[in-house]
Amino acid sequence: MEVMDTLLLSRIQFAANISFHILFPTITIALGWVLLYFKLRFVRSGDDRWMEAYQFWVKIFALSFAMGVVSGITMSFQFGTNWPGFMETVGNIAGPLLAYEVMTAFFLEAVFLGIMLFGFSRVPGWLHTMATFLVAFGTTMSAFWIIVLNSWMHTPQGFEMIEGVAHATDWWAIIFNPSMPYRFMHMMLASFLTVSFLIAGISAFRWLIGGQTKGVRAALQTAVFAAALLIPVQIFVGDMHGLNTKEYQPAKVAAMEGHWETGGNVPLILFAIPDQEARENHYEIGIPNLASFILTHTWDGEVKGLNDFVTEDGEVLHPRVAPVFWGFRVMVGTGLAMLAISWAGVYLILRRRRETGDRFGVEGLPRFYLYGLVAMTFSGWLATLSGWYVTEIGRQPWLVQGVMTTKQAVADVPAPMVLSTLIAYLAVYAILLGAYITVIFYLARKAAKGEKLQGRLSSTEAEVVAVPGE
Amino acid sequence: MDLFGDPAIWLPFTFAALMGVSILIYVVLDGFDLGVGLLFPFSDDDEKDRMVAAIGPFWDANETWLVLAVGLLLVAFPAAHGAILTALYLPVAVMLIGLILRGVAFEFRVKAPTKYKPLWNNLFFTGSLMTSFSQGFMLGMYVMGLTWTWAHVGFALLTAVFLTVAYSFIGATWVIHKSEGYLQVKAVDWAKGGIWGLVLGIGAISIATPYVSARIFDKWFGFPEILYLAPLPIVSGLLIVWLWWMLQRMPFYNDRYSWLPFAAATALWITAFIGMAYSFYPYVVPEKMTLYESASAPESLFIILIGTAFVLPTIIAYTVLAYTVFRGKAAELRYD
Ligand code: HDD
Ligand code: HEM
Ligand code: HEM
Repeated sequence: MEVMDTLLLSRIQFAANISFHILFPTITIALGWVLLYFKLRFVRSGDDRWMEAYQFWVKIFALSFAMGVVSGITMSFQFGTNWPGFMETVGNIAGPLLAYEVMTAFFLEAVFLGIMLFGFSRVPGWLHTMATFLVAFGTTMSAFWIIVLNSWMHTPQGFEMIEGVAHATDWWAIIFNPSMPYRFMHMMLASFLTVSFLIAGISAFRWLIGGQTKGVRAALQTAVFAAALLIPVQIFVGDMHGLNTKEYQPAKVAAMEGHWETGGNVPLILFAIPDQEARENHYEIGIPNLASFILTHTWDGEVKGLNDFVTEDGEVLHPRVAPVFWGFRVMVGTGLAMLAISWAGVYLILRRRRETGDRFGVEGLPRFYLYGLVAMTFSGWLATLSGWYVTEIGRQPWLVQGVMTTKQAVADVPAPMVLSTLIAYLAVYAILLGAYITVIFYLARKAAKGEKLQGRLSSTEAEVVAVPGE
Repeated sequence: MDLFGDPAIWLPFTFAALMGVSILIYVVLDGFDLGVGLLFPFSDDDEKDRMVAAIGPFWDANETWLVLAVGLLLVAFPAAHGAILTALYLPVAVMLIGLILRGVAFEFRVKAPTKYKPLWNNLFFTGSLMTSFSQGFMLGMYVMGLTWTWAHVGFALLTAVFLTVAYSFIGATWVIHKSEGYLQVKAVDWAKGGIWGLVLGIGAISIATPYVSARIFDKWFGFPEILYLAPLPIVSGLLIVWLWWMLQRMPFYNDRYSWLPFAAATALWITAFIGMAYSFYPYVVPEKMTLYESASAPESLFIILIGTAFVLPTIIAYTVLAYTVFRGKAAELRYD
């Protein structure tokens, strides 16, 4: 019983920490590249609007990066404090992957971040651009290595078990494990979409309160176009990702779809309340045969149901259904909303451009549309979090699919101790999240009021001036 | 792979050395920026800005050495990693929350509305304090063999205080190097006070370690070991006297040698570290688990080592680049 409680609390704590962490990398991974884009546009055209956009967004980048770094450090200690069994069993595989992440990514981004943020007038322009590139590249490398590890936990291969410990036999197979390409693509796109909607939302907010500068115009249009371009790709990749999962983790797909019985002609369930006790859905609303079509690309294809994952003696080998089922619907729903709003935006902007011949057509966006964008500011977070919940809860009871269960990894720390740290983390996260969102809107309001953003002491923009001494 | 003898021996040893070096680099580098945070209550608003400017471009990379150190522990000695971190569960959590608070306070103190700046300044200090204190506590517990008894906790509380003071000392030496004028004079004073933390800390650990374990006692006080080891305490002693002498006379004319106290402090750190490493070898979990017992499979270590051989020099190169770009005084803040 004791261990059970510790397990549950440790899981909640892990979920809380990783959920908090992922919010910020999701922003920095893509925002780094977007800043590079702004910078390059400025260098090539000398047009101030790109510099204005750069200078506003680099502040948000710096803030998000700091949040990502400190919450990441928490993550790397978690393995030892709460999940020692994980490293003891699969450390020979997870270890090198994490080590490569630290060595090839963390140092790169951490060191060049200093130059990117503070070095603007200290180093030659090309070196500053180079630093911006290396930071963006570094965040992408972090994402790559950690997704390799995470995907390996879902679709492990390239190893053998000797006396209960995994030993690598084929690193190529480990890195390019079956779900890695899909997961990595899907995550990168998620990051770009999150950032597109963040930029669009904040720019719309600035526009609405009167800060209709050229920089806002450029950022808003870039963001709406990027979103419109990427969301169909994301939906396509998401579908492929699902097909891949169906092959390797059928129990997860069954839970996502909410199907209990194996069979053909499966409907796509839009709404239902899955009941794990009764092993059926209540209030089910669905579209006939569509799930069969999506998952097998034939109208009557057979799809495995959840009841196939219960053993003779009643042991349940599939995840809890409700969170996976709902998480999936929230993610897809958000994706569809993104599709609708970004395409509408592109239509409105292009129409305006045709009418006026102006290169930036954001005046064509009506007020209510801009409010819509503001409402979608953090929609990327919602989709990303719910997507990760589907993925991770859908893997339970396994920690490494088919190799070890979550229960086998947990530390034997007294439950009250885990509870106390959990409460402390949650309190800190709640406050910081509140502060983060407030400050972003505060910066936007200040920028809109036309106050010179740089008119204040700031560690980030502050330039450390050399005094010729010695 | 067998070029140097049995890989099950030299690989763990190499990784222990790498891990030791990362911890050492971490305590020097993050030591100075934690120390700057610890000195916050003693400085006024304008000085705070200048002090933050002195560490702004570096702190993130400095903390990454901690990630590397714990990463190496995790990848090279998984069993020890679990044993150490579960034993230190609470202090680790305190440290992490401290790191979170100070890391974000850097940003918030200048981005949040001005009226909240004092709040974030306080959190910057509090976070630095939590981090330093818990690291000192963990050091003490580690020396005492990671067992929770009242006596051990008492000792760990003492090392916690000493390490905190020692960090503020190295922080002060960094400010001496990076500042000028009144702030620099103040920093010299801070350093004069802080040096005692260092002396007491090194003293306490040097006296305590041999008495916790007969093995360590024999390693130090046997003959002829005591002869080889004598330089360590002698060098430390000389460094401390020299530092004290220097601080009485600083700042020097024309701000010459403003980097010397920091360099001397680093040298002191290194001697203390070598002493500790000598005491504990070959154990990673004191008296319980040697590094050879807890090491990962050689083939995994080898794969990391290949990468390290290429990557570590690169990391050092661009770290040097960053310190070069931001050399000189962090005297003035300009608002471009
Ligand atoms: C902006 C974010 C975002 C958006 C709009 C979508 N997703 Fe997603 N999805 C993610 C962000 C995400 C994610 C956070 O990045 C996940 C979690 C783990 C992963 O690989 O990607 C994810 C996981 C994930 C999985 C689980 C894969 C597994 O681990 O087995 C599937 C099947 C899909 N997605 C499919 C879709 C579909 C069909 C979408 C159509 C609208 C969609 N996603 C939109
Ligand atoms: C890519 C790196 C990741 C790794 C190595 C990883 C690893 C793990 C581990 C060790 C667990 C088991 C502990 C537990 O059951 O709570 C877990 C579960 C979980 N993870 Fe992840 N995770 C990663 C990414 C994420 C992300 C980005 C999120 C969400 C934003 C996430 C959400 C969760 C959740 C919600 C659980 C709890 C599942 C449950 O207990 O039912 N994970 N993951
Ligand atoms: C268990 C899982 C994870 C661990 C142990 C972990 C660890 C860390 C650590 C220690 C840092 C700070 C690096 C520094 O000092 O600069 C960090 C930052 C980062 N992490 Fe994670 N992380 C995890 C999950 C993830 C996931 C799922 C992603 C994204 C897909 C991710 C992407 C990043 C990125 C891009 C950064 C750079 C800093 C930033 O952008 O804020 N991490 N992570």
